[in-house]
Amino acid sequence: MERMQQVVGRARAAFNSGRCRPLEFRIQQLKALERMVKEKEKEILAAIKADLHKCGHNAYSHEIMGVLGELALTMEKLSSWAAPQPVKKNLLTMRDEAFIHYDPLGVVLIIGAWNYPFVLVMQPLVGAIAAGNAVVVKPSEISENTAQLVADLLPQYLDQELYPVVTGGVPETTELLKQRFDHILYTGNSTVGKIVMAAAAKHLTPVTLELGGKSPCYIDKDCDLAVACRRITWGKYMNCGQTCIAPDYILCDPSIQSKVVEYIKATLQEFYGADVKSSPDYERIINKRHFKRILSLLEGQKIAHGGETDEASCFIAPTILTDVSPESKVMEEEIFGPVLPIVTVKSVDEAIEFINRREKPLALYIFSNNKQLIKRVISETSSGGVTGNDVIMHFFLSTLPFGGVGNSGMGAYHGKHSFETFSHRRACLIKDLKMEGTNSLRYPPSSQKKVDW
Amino acid sequence: MERMQQVVGRARAAFNSGRCRPLEFRIQQLKALERMVKEKEKEILAAIKADLHKCEKKTLTYEFMSVLEELALATGRLPSWAAPQPVERNLLTIRDETYTCFEPLGVVLITGTWNYPFLTVMQPLIGAIAAGNAVVVKPSEISENTAQLVAELLPQYVDQELYPVVTGGVPEMTELLKQRFDHIFCITNSTVGKIVMAAAAKHLTPVTLELGGKSPCYIDKDCDLAVACRRITWGKYMNCGQTCIAPDYILCDPSIQSKVVENIKATLQEFYGADVKSSPDYERIINKRHFKRILSLLEGQKIAHGGETDEASCFIAPTILTDVSPESKVMEEEIFGPVLPIVTVKSVDEAIEFINRREKPLALYIFSNNKQLIKQVTSETSSGGVTVNDVLIQYGILSLPFGGVGTSGMGTYHGKHSFETFSHRRSYLIKDLKMDILSMWRYPPSSQKKLDL
Repeated sequence: MERMQQVVGRARAAFNSGRCRPLEFRIQQLKALERMVKEKEKEILAAIKADLHKCGHNAYSHEIMGVLGELALTMEKLSSWAAPQPVKKNLLTMRDEAFIHYDPLGVVLIIGAWNYPFVLVMQPLVGAIAAGNAVVVKPSEISENTAQLVADLLPQYLDQELYPVVTGGVPETTELLKQRFDHILYTGNSTVGKIVMAAAAKHLTPVTLELGGKSPCYIDKDCDLAVACRRITWGKYMNCGQTCIAPDYILCDPSIQSKVVEYIKATLQEFYGADVKSSPDYERIINKRHFKRILSLLEGQKIAHGGETDEASCFIAPTILTDVSPESKVMEEEIFGPVLPIVTVKSVDEAIEFINRREKPLALYIFSNNKQLIKRVISETSSGGVTGNDVIMHFFLSTLPFGGVGNSGMGAYHGKHSFETFSHRRACLIKDLKMEGTNSLRYPPSSQKKVDW
Repeated sequence: MERMQQVVGRARAAFNSGRCRPLEFRIQQLKALERMVKEKEKEILAAIKADLHKCEKKTLTYEFMSVLEELALATGRLPSWAAPQPVERNLLTIRDETYTCFEPLGVVLITGTWNYPFLTVMQPLIGAIAAGNAVVVKPSEISENTAQLVAELLPQYVDQELYPVVTGGVPEMTELLKQRFDHIFCITNSTVGKIVMAAAAKHLTPVTLELGGKSPCYIDKDCDLAVACRRITWGKYMNCGQTCIAPDYILCDPSIQSKVVENIKATLQEFYGADVKSSPDYERIINKRHFKRILSLLEGQKIAHGGETDEASCFIAPTILTDVSPESKVMEEEIFGPVLPIVTVKSVDEAIEFINRREKPLALYIFSNNKQLIKQVTSETSSGGVTVNDVLIQYGILSLPFGGVGTSGMGTYHGKHSFETFSHRRSYLIKDLKMDILSMWRYPPSSQKKLDL
């Protein structure tokens, strides 16, 4: 598709014009984005609702609040982030200027995902603009309403050549990936992540891959189970389980399994009422394909709670599975749905071993009053990030770099980390041409005398 | 080759044993490396000399000093590098522990290169060990003496399972690249860099690629030409031009071209004497293949100085070409030899345009007394690093991240940057289970009231 070549070519020409280099220009664009989010709040919430059956309040707190926060932070801090960062000098360079400067990369590509369709496109976009790049934005076609809205809105507020939006599915994305970018940030799954990285390799394009995995949630016997289960319930069933850092499954001692189920059930009642299907706070599965995928994970499982479904509306009730076998299908792939398996383990050692036998997850959760135990689990495992005694929340602190490791991804972003991700960290050494005498030791002809000095 | 699978498998089992997690163990290994460098100094110098015809004293200065400096830095600073780094909290997390921590990745692969065969293997190895990984070391087979020596020495000093050395050429490297690593560090050219990244994509392995390119050297009319030319001569002809950050070509006004040539000629006389071939300070081209490659670049060129060659000893005299056409062969690929083309440009704008029409280089050099001009060239171009009024020495400042951008590479290393490159920066949010009332705003059922909170 020549169209992709043209879009990217125009973005590159716009970047080469130099107009997004001055900080004033970038801040002006970010201000325009902020205006867009505030002025078009209604439309944005409506699009997210149409895609995910998400009520306005939740859409606002999940997606809009974060974006506004990111914009405010970035506009406030940009001049300090973009300033030269001096580095420690040694004896030889005492008279010189040595610093790091964050330079724009050029034209970057952002590929969003469908589960939080607005924030997953906007949050990286904020960092990419702040870093002085041209940005090609490719929202996920699966969340089609939000994709269409982003395609309509961005050109109304931002420089159209520098920040084009490309819509479409697999064919369009494949064509886009043939173009040359200076960085690609992709949010999605590991399978496509490999495809993106392979395409990037052809141009030696660095990538940030925000992938997924099965984020384990270990509940120790020594903890306030009611609070733990309330927090887990919130994080698990938010967005109908379609959150990259949702607690995927629980690991706990068999002696507390039934208590855990009870508390989660009670919390579900608190949150969604007796009839979950009619709660405005409970979302739906994004489409039939994922609905069927999640349904198949229930086969042969012991359903302790939930299990009701309705294909027409892509509804799957909040579900808990107990005594789940580690070899079962639901324990193979990332669930990304409102199904919570509980796997029993007889000790924290067994839990650690269980976690380490699998791919490194995006998030790891540990619930315990015992700080030593938390420290132990942390130091003997690896994961993108960790939240202790809660779930999800490390995502919301923008000073924490957000990203995966191993199969769950590479690179990180959020806040200043976005700015750095979309920049080239250039090493600068400024000397003058005086004091040439001090260099004589390094010049040939060499001698032992020079070396000894 | 099953051998590769076994070597990597053993390294992984050794990593999983957890023995390289404690800082004491890592420091002990680094201290052993230090002993190796000091005890086997003679053997190492002899191997490098056999590979590159390098004068002992010069090698002592560059390769040894850098390695010893890295070792001292890593052993001294490791506890602070590996300590948790607190991050700024927001209102929601004011009661919590929030920090990042650099943690081991697992099994990493380091492939060195032949031009500084000892340094390019040891420098990243130090960072990888400090970061707590198992490390598979693959020295370049082209510098075969050093490769063989590294293969013999490392097992005598450091943990044999954790830090195996693999020797061999393309077939061995291809087989090695099929294995799964947690990071691949490779110093090579862009062509091989793409192959490495493509192989890494299959396992979602992050990469650091230290590649090359044509590092431009702009000489302004307003500068102390004698000093500038001395520094350029030193950096260009060191190691017979076989340095990734050697000034590849000169850009200058036509009016100073002959002065530049004169000054370089005078400096060459100072450095190597009348008969360069018999100077112990002048190296040789690594092998016949590269000798022929560089020779072919001279075809049709105006040789202002040098041009003498001797295939038997892979000798190419320090050579200067004038009035070089931008379209000629010598201006296409990285020269990596003692041939210095001068391309004339009529203004700094023309120089900037010239640089920007080409791939982003690993280094950019500007010689000028004019601060404004320096700022202009720096801000209107991109490169791995920038050094003003000197060449090469940015490499020796370990606090500066060393790496490329675009086709000159991705990622950085040296000093603390090596440690960070070979680590996973994990984010932590550790809460307690008290005060859950503070979380009420986020729980369903949602409401405007909760949102306003």
